[in-house]
Amino acid sequence: MVESLFPNVDWENMWEATLETLYMTAMSTFFTFVIGLVLGIVLFLTAPKQLWANSIVNWLTGAFVNIFRSIPFIILIILLIPFTKFLIGTIRGPNAALPALIIGAAPFYARMVLIALKEIDKGVIEAARSMGATTWTIIRKVLLPESKPALLSGITVTAIALVGYTAMAGIIGAGGLGTLAFLDGFQRSREDVTLMATILILVIVFAIQFIGDWMTTRSDKR
Amino acid sequence: MIELKKLSKVFDTGKGALTAVDDVDLSIAAGEIFGIIGYSGAGKSTLIRLLNGLEKPSSGSVVINGQNITAIKGSELRKARQKVSMIFQHFNLLWSRTVKENIEFPLEIAGVPKNKRDARVLELVELVGLKGRENAYPSQLSGGQKQRVGIARALANEPEVLLCDEATSALDPQTTDSILELLVDINKRLGLTIVLITHEMHVIRKICHRVAVMEGGRVVELGDVLQVFQSPKAEITERFVAQVTDTEDSQETIKNLRKLYPTGELVKLVFVGDQTEQPILTQLIRKYPVDVNIVQGNIAHTQRGAYGTLVLQMKGSAQEISEALAYLNAESVQTEVMSNG
Ligand SMILES: Nc1ncnc2c1ncn2[C@@H]1O[C@H](COP(=O)(O)OP(=O)(O)OP(=O)(O)O)[C@@H](O)[C@H]1O
Ligand SMILES: [Mg+2]
Repeated sequence: MVESLFPNVDWENMWEATLETLYMTAMSTFFTFVIGLVLGIVLFLTAPKQLWANSIVNWLTGAFVNIFRSIPFIILIILLIPFTKFLIGTIRGPNAALPALIIGAAPFYARMVLIALKEIDKGVIEAARSMGATTWTIIRKVLLPESKPALLSGITVTAIALVGYTAMAGIIGAGGLGTLAFLDGFQRSREDVTLMATILILVIVFAIQFIGDWMTTRSDKR
Repeated sequence: MIELKKLSKVFDTGKGALTAVDDVDLSIAAGEIFGIIGYSGAGKSTLIRLLNGLEKPSSGSVVINGQNITAIKGSELRKARQKVSMIFQHFNLLWSRTVKENIEFPLEIAGVPKNKRDARVLELVELVGLKGRENAYPSQLSGGQKQRVGIARALANEPEVLLCDEATSALDPQTTDSILELLVDINKRLGLTIVLITHEMHVIRKICHRVAVMEGGRVVELGDVLQVFQSPKAEITERFVAQVTDTEDSQETIKNLRKLYPTGELVKLVFVGDQTEQPILTQLIRKYPVDVNIVQGNIAHTQRGAYGTLVLQMKGSAQEISEALAYLNAESVQTEVMSNG
């Protein structure tokens, strides 16, 4: 039955491609989360009147975030080819996609982190300061926990965007469902392969959305 | 305990310098409940933030328990802040933490080990009357309960001074009273010095021993609460005193009273402290041939005794009335003949 609907699908290949897509998404989401968080916190704390108010650092970080957020992903991949080659040694395969994925998504997430942190009531930061908390304690025990739902829903959106980016990276040979859909499906006119790859990507996106929503709701005690 | 010397704070706003606190000298004794009252923008919050170094003064000094808060910074200042804690108008609790975890927060900051933290939190929860609510999140509490958490949190590291910035302004009158009672209780039990800012005179009346009135960054009046109630000097103080005593004492009401009581004289009496408990009126009526009608009355209880006003309609000859008034004055009751409008 399934065989007759998808006559050209090589299930072993399809499964491997799915794993590659999951691998790229997971790795890039993880690093995007960490780097975006750091950038977002720096942006927040170096803004005027904040704990580390520093207009130079704030301007530089802001410029970096805005520039890399604005470059279309497909162009970013091409721009980063030399960097990727230097870092990974090749420009093919899932690992080679990671630098571009992370550099493309981290600034995007950093913005969301900044927005999430700005939502925190200034009063609770002031309260923590009045108790004698260090800035490090404030980051760990006030900023991060208090913005957790927004940070989680932000990383959910980012992870879903990253699934899309991995498919795009697939076109230039990163592997995963994008490569499969492009090379096996589109170029050889096997629509069933493209369709199956699409279905699997949708399943991955829905799964991320579901898990993300669940974690966001669970963390929100407001 | 707390010494403010020539304390000023100038903010550099876009439109030029703004003096929020202007050359303030104050001395607050240990164990005292000291009130600071003023209208919005008077500089109260800025002043209180100078006390725990959240704000650096432009000039002058703050010395708390011998330590010059304005001269220290970094870890020394953070350590000092553990002994000068603060509660807030909007409670400023961490919504991501339960009641218990919120109270635990300052203990974590102070590096108290887990087992000691638990015991201390338990004590504090009991002290502020929140037993059974330890595991609730702030969003599940009423305003009054949130402020109790705020108070417990502020007391966690056994501070010497408690700063309250409009701590009851977001609460309804009944809840306000219960929080004020808690503060008095803490003050008595723990001997804590409390500095409280507010724009509501009844908060001052209910719990403060002394009060400073602020206007435009300056302290325009300072004194014992009862004495300030009895004879306010600054015009702004009179307005604050009027908030709690003769709220009706506008020209309009005097006119209305005159209409209601067209004959005789309307006299306002002001009693302070012990006199409120003596049968002065009885004596007056026995001794002098005047007719007395009580028009309105009001007694306010402060931490330092009671303060009351009474408006009487007195009928009699001019001679009789002035003799009666002289008697009252001799009993050190202030009298004021309300104008015939
Ligand atoms: N960080 C700041 N920068 C510039 N101006 C400030 C700052 N903080 C306070 N001010 C100004 O200082 C003055 C006093 O403010 P403050 O908050 O101390 O008043 P307040 O008596 O507490 O008033 P409220 O009852 O409204 O809380 C105000 O004019 C305010 O605009
Ligand atoms: Mg204020």
